[in-house]
Amino acid sequence: MFVLIVGCGRAGSALAKNLLADGHTVSVLDESAESHRLLDVDLETNWEDAGGMFTVGTALEIDALIEAGIEQADAFVAGTNGDNTNLVIAQIAQRRFNVPKVVVRVLDPRRADWYAEQGLHTICPTQAGIDMLTAAVRGDTDSNPLVETV
Amino acid sequence: MYVLVVGGGKVGLNLTRELMQKGHEVTLVEQERSRYATLEPQLEHVVHLGDGTELWVLERAGIARADMVIAVTGDDEDNIIISQVAREKYGREKIIARCNNIRNMAHFELLDISPVISSTDLILRLIEHEVPQYGLVHLLKLQAEDLEIIEVEVTAGASAAGKRVDQIELPDGGLIIAILRDRAGIVPSGDTVIDVGDEVLLILNPGLETDITGLFTTPDEAFA
Repeated sequence: MFVLIVGCGRAGSALAKNLLADGHTVSVLDESAESHRLLDVDLETNWEDAGGMFTVGTALEIDALIEAGIEQADAFVAGTNGDNTNLVIAQIAQRRFNVPKVVVRVLDPRRADWYAEQGLHTICPTQAGIDMLTAAVRGDTDSNPLVETV
Repeated sequence: MYVLVVGGGKVGLNLTRELMQKGHEVTLVEQERSRYATLEPQLEHVVHLGDGTELWVLERAGIARADMVIAVTGDDEDNIIISQVAREKYGREKIIARCNNIRNMAHFELLDISPVISSTDLILRLIEHEVPQYGLVHLLKLQAEDLEIIEVEVTAGASAAGKRVDQIELPDGGLIIAILRDRAGIVPSGDTVIDVGDEVLLILNPGLETDITGLFTTPDEAFA
């Protein structure tokens, strides 16, 4: 599967390496050329030699999305550090480019909830953190498999 | 009327002030604390500090009872999200959004946000209007209604030149609404004759521009 990941921060770069290791074709788009360094970390060679692709460009620019391969993408991940940018580009991927699988990272739980109700596949790391912290303090490990018992 | 303005830059500030002067109730939402401190004393305490793309900020600012929502922040993605939640989540019908970067206009259109105001686009249209050799000028686009108003200058040798309005075979979905001649506007009737140099205003369904321009200009000059 061809996966386009927009936003090459801690999460985006690590996800990119996971998916590449799984054998997928992975293209990463970020507005900063420097973010590429995160892709090379923990690789024996570098991101390109390992088979990955990287494009420098602005997420909202259609030309940049096309250059990064959105037209071929089977999956699209909106993972920049801006919730609203992610919500807009996810809808562009879904409605304009008909990408079959679109996943969008939204830090604000309320916006994540509401857009999930509208049919976007939102992932809210803040909510996941809240749930884990709550469960950890309550000692309620059964309801959340992510929390390890100490 | 109760108007909610999001984004306290130059546009948001002046808009809020003008609307208040006209007697409307206005709330302005600004997220930057230093800007908020500048705005607040100028605007009779109608400014709320907060990120206008956060749902609870919009709710606290009274979006549920707003007769109009105006999204004029400096970030297009924020204006898109504000407009989208105003319409879809809070059921607001009158929404005006600002497009800062004209290249983002397609995103507003894709998500059915209308009307969208872009100062770059407005200036470009004025330039087109002042430079007649462009041939075709888009004056107004009514996205939801699927109509637009264009202006086209009649060139020598065009099939419509010298004809009466009722002799011109316009495609279905197109209608001549005015003729501008010698700096005066004429509302035409069937027997009005179209001359070379006239600027003809038409209302039409989008997509008919090429057919219609072909009637009023010679092929070489259309879209020159």
